[in-house]
Amino acid sequence: MRAKVPTMPEARHRGRPAAPGFAAGRVVALGTAVVTRRAGGDPAREAAALRAAMAKAAAELAALAAGAADDAAGILGFQIALLEDDALSAPAFVAIEGGAPADVAWRDALDDEIDGYRSAEDETFRARAADLGDLRDRVLAQLGGDADGTAVAPPVAPGSIVAASDLPPSRFLAIDWRAGGAVLLSEGSRNSHVAMLARARGVPMIVGLGIDPCCLAGEALVDAMGGEFVLDPAPATRAAFEARRRSHEIGAAEAASRVGEPAVTADGVAVAVHINVAGPDELASLSPTICDGIGLVRTEFLFAGEGLPDEETQYRVYRRLVEWAAGKPVTIRTLDAGGDKPVTGLTAVGESNPFLGVRGIRLSLARPEVFAVQLRALARAACHGALRIMLPMVTVPEEVEAARTLLDATVAALEAAGVPATRPPIGIMVEVPAAALAIERFDAAFFSIGSNDLTQYVTAAGRDIAAVAELANPLNPAVLRLIRMVVEHGRANGREVSLCGDAGGDPEAVGALLLAGLRSLSVAPAALSATKSAISRIDLGRADSAAGKGR
Amino acid sequence: MSMTETPVVASALLTNEVGLHARPAVKLTQLAKSFAATVELALEPDGPWVDAKSPVRIMRVKAAKGTLLHFRASGSDADAAVGALVDLVARGFDENAGEGADHA
Repeated sequence: MRAKVPTMPEARHRGRPAAPGFAAGRVVALGTAVVTRRAGGDPAREAAALRAAMAKAAAELAALAAGAADDAAGILGFQIALLEDDALSAPAFVAIEGGAPADVAWRDALDDEIDGYRSAEDETFRARAADLGDLRDRVLAQLGGDADGTAVAPPVAPGSIVAASDLPPSRFLAIDWRAGGAVLLSEGSRNSHVAMLARARGVPMIVGLGIDPCCLAGEALVDAMGGEFVLDPAPATRAAFEARRRSHEIGAAEAASRVGEPAVTADGVAVAVHINVAGPDELASLSPTICDGIGLVRTEFLFAGEGLPDEETQYRVYRRLVEWAAGKPVTIRTLDAGGDKPVTGLTAVGESNPFLGVRGIRLSLARPEVFAVQLRALARAACHGALRIMLPMVTVPEEVEAARTLLDATVAALEAAGVPATRPPIGIMVEVPAAALAIERFDAAFFSIGSNDLTQYVTAAGRDIAAVAELANPLNPAVLRLIRMVVEHGRANGREVSLCGDAGGDPEAVGALLLAGLRSLSVAPAALSATKSAISRIDLGRADSAAGKGR
Repeated sequence: MSMTETPVVASALLTNEVGLHARPAVKLTQLAKSFAATVELALEPDGPWVDAKSPVRIMRVKAAKGTLLHFRASGSDADAAVGALVDLVARGFDENAGEGADHA
């Protein structure tokens, strides 16, 4: 409803961004379905009415799931499983037996169940309250619907800014988002199913607004990058919003269109940009022309299934990766389990501090029978392209020598058996301060800075602990100094030095990394275009002299 | 549940990131339903036990990552049921990769 005051002052509201993007449009507030129905008065008839309504709601969800993408179908499947479980409706049927009308009995039973989720400590469990709220409302709508059981929820016009306390996934999926639009939730959570769907479909979403959605109306400008929206914007606000939205769109489009070009700084210094890959499926939609190779393959994905992967399985995957790269280098990290990446049946359970425990190369050397299988597969795949082996968590030179000895023996055994094999070069991750500080002790074909772990070990700030997140800064001068030391060692000895941590894909950090001397980065495929465009904006000559004056 | 025979018991550590959540709960109950045996789950070795074939009851348990899940089953295929469920939990409900995992 529009306010009666002719010129309404604009109102600004702030929440938490849950899906990025910008949108402008008319606000549509979704309320809880109000059900009007005449109770039959007879428990048997009320129970039958509830049963019929539940069956119709389940059929409705199944129809939605049939036409939905995998992620959405999984969520709807979960709701159907709950709805078909007698445990959900049992309290309602007991209440009906005691004389309650079907709608009241169902609403009370579901509200009790929902309260159980709302009170959960874990936010992801709390987020499931929305899935149950949707079940409650769908069945209520069926109970109150006309004889044909048609849905009562009014359709939402395409391009609308949908405001609600929370939004069930099925309701989100029923809205046509192709014409734009956004979602504003007074409650909600970044971890909810609907937020996942919104991110996947590019629908901007802000959660936790803490205002009654029913009083929202009028035109809204939604900036889900900053987590804020403006109601009834003044012309100047609208102009500033449009400018921000346009520059965001132009920046994204331009970066995407130039992703195939090599990365060069504003003053003409070439920078190699590789991609980090966690599995061959990620490469399906990518062309090797967009990058200078694969700078990191996280082989942990192979160990996530049932049991340990055999040589043939690993060989096939590694071969697919080097064949995709079409001659460009592919750096495959040997299993980096342990720390925050446990592997069932392999990593130790109950270490008091897993980040300082048996992880990376430590684990591989402790389990040579597992390591040897990976090395055999790698040596075989190396016949098909420029494969390089990278050892994680190296602390002392003896670890590199032990791995080298194992690899030599592996290649010799393959050759003796007449199996085609090539001995790939061995490089190391530089992520333990002991390795960075004494880098000259390590005989490796190349060095790759693992900035995530290096930062957490240098700053003594766990990367999984939110309270110290600001301390775990990869741009801490101590971290940058170590990177510079490794770069200088590499230059003096003709060894490539690269970086494969998250810092490489952070446009804000790229300048400092290039100033530290790095000329090779490896980033997530999604960060590739932003990284390349950040590199193109940097003038190393100017930045270097400016940094020199500051000294 | 009638306990005329000795139930089969076993436990497994819940290692997947989100705990016994929507998708894992659906997978677990679907697998449990594929056996004739009565299958139950608990957070403590002595219960309270809940029906492992009921997604609503499994979700009520709200088991987080790092919880030790106890299973018990009785019936003709109790051994196979407990084995399959422990295996499903141990491999993290196949949430991290599409490899392996072709249980029915």
